Amino acid sequence: MKVLKLVTRNAFRRKLRTFLTILGLALAVMAFGLIRTFINAWYAGARAAAPDRLITRHAVSIIFELPLAYREQLLKIDGVEDVTHASWFGGYYVDPKNFFANFAMDHANWFDIYPEFIVPPDQLEDFNKERNAAIIGQGLADRFGWKLGDKIPLIGTIYPGDWDFVVRGIYTGRDESTDETLFLFRFDYLDERMKVESPDRAGQTGWYALKISDPNRSAQISRAVDSRFDNSWAETRTETEKEFQMSFIQMSSAIILGLRIMSYLIIGVILLVLANTMAMTARERVSENAFMRTLGFEGYHLTGLILGESLFIAFLGGLVGIGLLTLVAGVASEALSQFFPGFQPDRMTYLYSFGAAVIVGVLAAVFPVSRALRIKIVDGLRVVD
Amino acid sequence: MIPTSYSIRNIINYKITSTLTILGIGLVVFVFCASMMLTNGLAETLVASGSDGNVTVIRQASQTEVQSIINYEQARIISAFPEIARDDNGLPMFTNEIHVLITLKKLESGDEGNVVVRGVTDKSMPLRPMIRIIEGRMWENAGSEIIVGRSLAERFENCKIGERIRFGARDWTVVGIFDAEGSGNESEIWCDVEQAGDAFRRPVYSSLTFRMADSSQFEAVKAKIEDDRRLPLEVLWEKDYYARQSEAFSTFIGIVGIALSISFGLGAVVGAMITMYAAVANRTKEIGTLRALGFRRLNILLSFMFEALVISLSGGVIGIAGAFFLRFVRVSTTNWGTFSEVAFNFEISAGIVAAAIIFALLMGILGGFLPAVRASRMKIVESFRAV
Repeated sequence: MKVLKLVTRNAFRRKLRTFLTILGLALAVMAFGLIRTFINAWYAGARAAAPDRLITRHAVSIIFELPLAYREQLLKIDGVEDVTHASWFGGYYVDPKNFFANFAMDHANWFDIYPEFIVPPDQLEDFNKERNAAIIGQGLADRFGWKLGDKIPLIGTIYPGDWDFVVRGIYTGRDESTDETLFLFRFDYLDERMKVESPDRAGQTGWYALKISDPNRSAQISRAVDSRFDNSWAETRTETEKEFQMSFIQMSSAIILGLRIMSYLIIGVILLVLANTMAMTARERVSENAFMRTLGFEGYHLTGLILGESLFIAFLGGLVGIGLLTLVAGVASEALSQFFPGFQPDRMTYLYSFGAAVIVGVLAAVFPVSRALRIKIVDGLRVVD
Repeated sequence: MIPTSYSIRNIINYKITSTLTILGIGLVVFVFCASMMLTNGLAETLVASGSDGNVTVIRQASQTEVQSIINYEQARIISAFPEIARDDNGLPMFTNEIHVLITLKKLESGDEGNVVVRGVTDKSMPLRPMIRIIEGRMWENAGSEIIVGRSLAERFENCKIGERIRFGARDWTVVGIFDAEGSGNESEIWCDVEQAGDAFRRPVYSSLTFRMADSSQFEAVKAKIEDDRRLPLEVLWEKDYYARQSEAFSTFIGIVGIALSISFGLGAVVGAMITMYAAVANRTKEIGTLRALGFRRLNILLSFMFEALVISLSGGVIGIAGAFFLRFVRVSTTNWGTFSEVAFNFEISAGIVAAAIIFALLMGILGGFLPAVRASRMKIVESFRAV
């Protein structure tokens, strides 16, 4: 107990310095946690993926489309319960900078296969009645202030021209990770217009989503699907929804790696701040430490005192840091939910952030301890500051 | 004025503390530089894909070549424009190209990337003088042979000479590797435009590129195309077209980079503050002496500020020096503007160095000001009494 008291007293001997150190640590711990949370949010799409859904797309790349006629053939494959499909529309609202995902989907059964999108039944009924109806996510509605009945014009990039939609439904996510930023509209609206404007582009869809009876058989069913279309002009590639999502995330793997490196560098910044403080402390206490040793305190006592002080400061910094993290992430998650879902620190992030602070606490003590142990008592007493 | 050597000797005297503080600031400046070099590298690589005097035509609102569609009739009308430069044989410097994406696996990670396949004509290469074949040859059998950009060949499976890539229901043999002086074209696969149209069943072009005979005619040509109701097309300088493709990515990295730099910077400022407060506290008696010798409060303030700035500037120099080595790091990632893989290097510029130095000095000012004020406000008598 006495030792603990000595450690805390020592830590607060220079109040301003200790306060600043804790502040620096806390800021860095928070930044570390935020970077990790940001990386995790990137994977939200893969986390939200359902195990009982497969995605079938064109084998060459996602920019090529598959014939609508594949639907019937997919339904015949053993283990496939239901099939829906969608096409990436890639339109923008007023300015290309206003990015949000918008795609045309088969309204007949899309929401049966994606039950995590919750649409009020009366809105779904309205949506099914009107060809140019759209259902949008709550986050997207908040971002642009769109309400039911609003007319939304999108400018087509892949499908040229102006396209007018009416918001007939606003969905909410069932899970934390459900994306609430999508703009969904009826595939038949797209296809009918293509039949008139460029007939060779009609009758094609971007990808199929397959609901399968048994997630354990997903690999087998995927192979069955792809071999069904082998050597046809539009060969397919089928994979679980998670793999499909991951393939998009991996496209930016260099950025994610960069962010991870940043998160380690910031631990370096914390280390430098705390090591600086501990080095100063060591410098100031050379004679004091020598004096303690003449009183009979051993090396391990000094080690304990210095390490204890370093850990104590690191501990406080870590605590304040994860407090700040919770605070800032809460605000950020509110602000960012309109753009991407899942910006919420998880348990591991808290653990790692705090763990980083503790490790730094140990490392920062290494130099002062070795210095305190190395110096001869006589030399220590001789030092005049 | 208190001699500047006083400040500098003090920094040297407190070796460990100074080193740690300088390293902290150096790390922050490094991060700051890295994010700016990343966006700069991408922008320079893409802009280098454009040549002076070249004009790119894509469909209105399509943003990129991948999404653009130009029919044969539209291409024919534009190819007959008299404003287009002629080559030695009197043929227009004009090309119509097909631009599609295929998925290939990366050698290193096995991850997939979207790769551009560009169907080209015999004018495509003369229009882009930086491109030349450095290994192998041009295709002879246009129906089954392709050439591959150098940085693509280095990073992706099946892209070496003699290897085969399957797309459009046939196998294509790589017969040549081309260099494009590090520009974005080096991340592309080239094949014959007619064959690409067949293989991908695209009876349309994606983009047109031509050389202006006289650059000053650009606005006139642009107006001529955009006023023609048969031509719902967008006309841009090739350089501007490529610059626009880096915008989405650059904006994102820019925001993340600034957010990181600020949070890292706050940590470093706190570190500098700790150091400077300690410097003031350790030298209480010296400060009193200086005051007693007749130096004014402002002299003391400036002296400590100078010390803080020397520390932060040293950190800045170290950070920039470290970042300089990043130039040898090659990054390959999806450019969100085009949804395709592009390889580029971290690229430093005078502007980035200047911004980094200003950023370092700013950290010095923020970290040094309060301690310097404290030093300047010490009372002479009390400072001598300090233990």
